[in-house]
Amino acid sequence: MYRTPRLFLFAAPLAAVPGRAVAAGMPQLNFHDPLLIGQVVWGAVIFGGFYLGLSRFALPRVERVLTNRRTRIQSDLDVARKAKAEADRASAELLSARHEAAEQARAHVERIQSEARASADAHAAETAKRLEAEIANAETRITQSREQALSSLSEIATSTTQDLVARLIGTQDEQTVASAVKRVNA
Amino acid sequence: MTGEASVAAGSTIDALGQFELHPVLGHLGEALRFSQSPLFMLIAVAIVLVFLYVGMRPAAVVPGRLQAAAEISYDFVHDLAVSTIGENGATFFPFVFAIFFFILAGNYLGLLPFSFTYTSHIAVTFGLAIMVFVISILASIRFQGVGFLKHFLPAGTPVWLAPLLVPIELISFLSRPVSLSIRLFANMVAGHVLLEVFAGFTIMLAGLGAFGHVLAIAPIAINIALTALELLVGVLQAYVFAILTCIYLREAVAH
Repeated sequence: MYRTPRLFLFAAPLAAVPGRAVAAGMPQLNFHDPLLIGQVVWGAVIFGGFYLGLSRFALPRVERVLTNRRTRIQSDLDVARKAKAEADRASAELLSARHEAAEQARAHVERIQSEARASADAHAAETAKRLEAEIANAETRITQSREQALSSLSEIATSTTQDLVARLIGTQDEQTVASAVKRVNA
Repeated sequence: MTGEASVAAGSTIDALGQFELHPVLGHLGEALRFSQSPLFMLIAVAIVLVFLYVGMRPAAVVPGRLQAAAEISYDFVHDLAVSTIGENGATFFPFVFAIFFFILAGNYLGLLPFSFTYTSHIAVTFGLAIMVFVISILASIRFQGVGFLKHFLPAGTPVWLAPLLVPIELISFLSRPVSLSIRLFANMVAGHVLLEVFAGFTIMLAGLGAFGHVLAIAPIAINIALTALELLVGVLQAYVFAILTCIYLREAVAH
């Protein structure tokens, strides 16, 4: 990616500064230097040690911590989820219990209401019956009184008429007066 | 960027002296062929291992900064390996992790003054690339048997094209370690030569008196920008090397 422009840049100072450095060549390409090959051997040993240290000790340690955290978060989440489920269930139970209680209370109220209505109706009916009986009784009494009054009317009329006739003409003909009154009455 | 190689004589810039190998630890180092290059490899490897060790020591469920950094580097390479290689990615994850951090630490260590960039040596990068190459061939044989050779003739090609296509595929296959190693090597060398050249300009300009002192600010500014660029290139090249390793391994394990 950077190769082309950077190699160009790299070549520029080399061309611009001729001298011992260029004449001597790059130390990296001096393969006669035992140190050059030595660093590759040492590098292999060091890299191998680095790899072993990482794969046996350093990286598993990091992984343990990360796994530990993941399982801990997971278990905490599980606990929280379980608690939430329990709370949900309790809340649902509470709701249903409340609903049931409300239902029961309503039924109770309805029953009491209907009972009260029934007793009130019965009471009213009884009262009405009693009143009706009293009315009928009263009516009978009234009829009796009227009939009595009506039956004693001709008697009163006859005696009044006799008194009047006796006062007017001084005679008393009970028979005649009674028949006359009967005639008028009829 | 070794200090002693900055300016050879005052008038010329020795841009390549920084890549010279010198034995460390005196005669012992000379006898063991132990130069500053393996020394910096050891330092780089130690830094990465200590970083992971110290970072993960708390092993906290809620990580601190250093632990988060260690975990992010793990996750980053793990995702890279698993998403590119596929289900067998976890097998090769430590290898990809080692490659990525070996190169990244080498690139970044080399940016420190007086240090040495072992990734600027073609022998080192070619060694890494050959290792990737050999491991991908071994993985091919392990996962596909000798049947992996049929990749050299893409499926559905007419047989009469085989004499043409097989050599092309073979050359492209064999050029992988070359391109892989030269890409990293050339990037690191180019960056360090540029840094050296501009640092040399600063010293040469400073030798010109008061006017030169003012002008010398310009190459310093350029070097600051180049350092930023090198920080980008360092991680980018490590990433490119690691992802190409993953791509070669995916081809090796794919059926």
